[in-house]
Amino acid sequence: MPQRLEATNDFVVKFANVNGSGSASANQLFAKAILRMGVPATPRNIFPSNIQGLPTWYEVRISEKGYLGARGGVDLAVAMNPQTWDRDVKEIEPGGYLFHDSSKPMPDSKFRKDINVVGVPLTEMCNRTYSDPRQRQLFKNIVYVGALSALLEIEPAVVEQLLSEQFKGKDKLIAPNVKAFHMGRDWALENLQCPLGIRVARREAIGDRIFLEGNSAAALGAVYGGASVCAWYPITPSSSLAEAFERHCRRYRTDKETGKGRYAIVQAEDELASIGMVIGAAWNGARAFTATSGPGISLMQEFLGLAYFAEIPAVVFDVQRGGPSTGMPTRNQQSDVLSCAYASHGDTKHVLLFPEDPRECFEFGATAFDLADRLQTPIFVMLELEIGMNERLCAPLAWDPARKLDRGKVMSAADLDAARQFGRYLDVDGDGIPFRTLPGTHPTKGAFFTRGTTKDRMARYSEEGPDYVDNMERLLRKFATAAKLAPAAVARPAQQPTRAGVIYYGSTSPAMDEALDTLHERNVHLDALRVRAFPFGPEVAEFIAAHDSVFLVEQNRDAQMRTLIVNELGIDPARIVPVLNFDGNPITARFIVKAIADRMAGANVTPLRKAVP
Amino acid sequence: MTYLPKPKFRHPSLPANALGFTRRDYEGAVSTLCAGCGHDSISAAIIQACFELSLPPHRIAKLSGIGCSSKTPTYFLGASHGFNSVHGRMPSVLTGANLANRDLVYLGVSGDGDSASIGLGQFAHAIRRGVNMLYIVENNGVYGLTKGQFSATSDRGSKSKKGVVNSDEPIDLIGMALQLGATYVARSFSGDKAQLVPLIKAGLLHGGAAFIDCISPCVAFNNHEGSTRSFDYVRAHNEAVNRLDVIPARGEITTQYAPGESVDVRQHDGSVIRLKKVAADYDTSDRVAALTYLQRRQEAGEIVTGLLYLDEEPVDLHAALKTVEKPLNALSDAELCPGAGEIAKINASLR
Repeated sequence: MPQRLEATNDFVVKFANVNGSGSASANQLFAKAILRMGVPATPRNIFPSNIQGLPTWYEVRISEKGYLGARGGVDLAVAMNPQTWDRDVKEIEPGGYLFHDSSKPMPDSKFRKDINVVGVPLTEMCNRTYSDPRQRQLFKNIVYVGALSALLEIEPAVVEQLLSEQFKGKDKLIAPNVKAFHMGRDWALENLQCPLGIRVARREAIGDRIFLEGNSAAALGAVYGGASVCAWYPITPSSSLAEAFERHCRRYRTDKETGKGRYAIVQAEDELASIGMVIGAAWNGARAFTATSGPGISLMQEFLGLAYFAEIPAVVFDVQRGGPSTGMPTRNQQSDVLSCAYASHGDTKHVLLFPEDPRECFEFGATAFDLADRLQTPIFVMLELEIGMNERLCAPLAWDPARKLDRGKVMSAADLDAARQFGRYLDVDGDGIPFRTLPGTHPTKGAFFTRGTTKDRMARYSEEGPDYVDNMERLLRKFATAAKLAPAAVARPAQQPTRAGVIYYGSTSPAMDEALDTLHERNVHLDALRVRAFPFGPEVAEFIAAHDSVFLVEQNRDAQMRTLIVNELGIDPARIVPVLNFDGNPITARFIVKAIADRMAGANVTPLRKAVP
Repeated sequence: MTYLPKPKFRHPSLPANALGFTRRDYEGAVSTLCAGCGHDSISAAIIQACFELSLPPHRIAKLSGIGCSSKTPTYFLGASHGFNSVHGRMPSVLTGANLANRDLVYLGVSGDGDSASIGLGQFAHAIRRGVNMLYIVENNGVYGLTKGQFSATSDRGSKSKKGVVNSDEPIDLIGMALQLGATYVARSFSGDKAQLVPLIKAGLLHGGAAFIDCISPCVAFNNHEGSTRSFDYVRAHNEAVNRLDVIPARGEITTQYAPGESVDVRQHDGSVIRLKKVAADYDTSDRVAALTYLQRRQEAGEIVTGLLYLDEEPVDLHAALKTVEKPLNALSDAELCPGAGEIAKINASLR
């Protein structure tokens, strides 16, 4: 008999499915049921770049402690895809569990001796009960959720409640789904040893947290932030952001009387046209954005330089994936940092925001529009596939009732009448931000010509060196102002004084939280700093100065954030040690702990002997 | 070009339009194009058209790409906002601007390099979306600003100033515009102001995607023997199918033609286009026939000009998207932001 993994509310389940088989909603039902039992669960879609018939996985990490990062390893594999059977079986931890469809006998060589096999004749049961082939397929997914509920002690009432919510409005679908669920559950209770060594037990560990996708949250942020024009071109993993914006707008921006929309969404012919439309709309005073990914950023370079130089607000949601080129379209990376920070030819710098989870996607999604209007420049919200396309438990969304949209320095007709003069590129306030006018404002005042060529303070074409230098230096002053307005980095000090620090950003957050706890348990202490924006506030340089060695954990090959910090803050590169995960899989606490512990032992920064009692 | 500053002096008896503006109020900076450039004639025609229509200059937005033609918006409508964007991408910028404020008049100015080469895709897509605009291509068949390379509208067999013969088929922007659903299509010649000014007027009043291909000889690089875009060649081969008068809504109709010679077409805004037929059998409401006619005449070596196609009831992009009547850039916080009250409901739905 193999050993049995024993764990309550701390294990990983991985579903191996066939794309297009209807498994997604059943798997989501599984994850939500655990959340409803008050236990944190974090699902991840792992999907190759295909639509139908090919493998797809859904991994759920259950963690009572609330660790939401990927863990690595699998404790229970739900192997529903014969194509990937061998690798799915191989991934299971020794003593773990293999759940499979036992309708057809499998040779012993297809199993491992050190794992526990749980067979349920899913196909047989469904063929017996249903005659319609599509029903057989769809209900099979619900039947395995039923069997799993018995094996893992998931409360059936919770699942029934979720099913009734899911099919609200299509009420006649509720009963057959509940029936299929119980068919699987009853079979397992009668025929299998329930529960397994791993199981779920009700807790109160969720609180008021919510569960949503970053792309949808960012799109909602755009609605709250007042965006009224969206131009986009379909590209994984950002398409669902534009689609979510449309969904949210239909709900919140439809005029009740006329049925007309207070928004315009155009699916453009390519990414160049997308950003062109955004720039045109923003030039004309509407809040506008595009959603894209790395290849789109490459295509938008020329226009981004125009927006920087002509000083036009624009918001770009870059949902990052694996590059370069087409790269890994359905995998995670943080590899557009430099191509966004310095997008376009000539001397340019752009404002980047790095959300850690869907909640920050919402917050930054709204704030980006205020920053764009205030700073009159493109703002990049740097999502990642990991937080964009996965549902994640996070703090509830918040909106200050007193909050007003900050439209920035836009002169009205009355302002123009009252003003002594208007010069489009005059730095009146010393913050590097000039005043602008919108087309159609005043019959005789405030018109100017927007151009990508060099101009003087009054927006007149000029090829004079001093005019050019004057303008470029003002743009630097404006960038310094941006550093004051962008979200500051967040510190997480160690529980005791230390000379070692670690910097991280974006989707690395949950893995880092867990890694810091684990390192702390091993008596390795690090102060941590989560960077939330570029340009950096003074706290980033101060943090580096306050530590003898600083790790920078990121998810790309070339340590792009490290390059940006070294370059922009004038830091000695030797002071920042890169920790890099770039295989396309989300970074894990195990990886961070090992990388940091190994290096600290080697550098003898903190004596590790204390770690082993 | 001239280095003299433009005098501010205005003759007191300059005629004023219904808004009290004189023609001078529609002018821009002094042109920096070559003396005799066809583009300057088009700028003058735009000024004349806007003046005659009594359009408030500040309610017009003029956008362009990059090239000689795209420089011209500096030289007309100085009281209008202008946007000199990037090469070949004016259509997307104009589309975005139009989405933000449907109440302005949008004038896109481009050239044959800007629209038929680098910007062919954006030209096509802006037309097929039905963006409410007047899109003028100042077509000289040559790259002027980079000194005389062939453009994608140069005729096969046409000879460059250096004596090179073009071996590529030309791109027919008129044919494309017709196929892609432009609802107002015209061709004109910068040397025929009497034809061009009313075409621009009607195009500005049109409520959908209006396109004018305006042949505009390049005096520096494409006005020689062997060119099919020279003043002499275009004058010799210009075949107008009609002449028109444009009477704005509530305007007084003064021109009269003998019965059967003219036809009145009323546009959606109430303006009337009075077409005087030159080619008796030419029907501006038949898109398919127009395509055939144009290709036949082109085969015969003619350059057909005039109003070539008109859909009196165009459906523009805003109508297709069902956007509200109020310009999107004028929506208030309350009209845009669902507010704090909705947040609790949203949170509740995500648990």
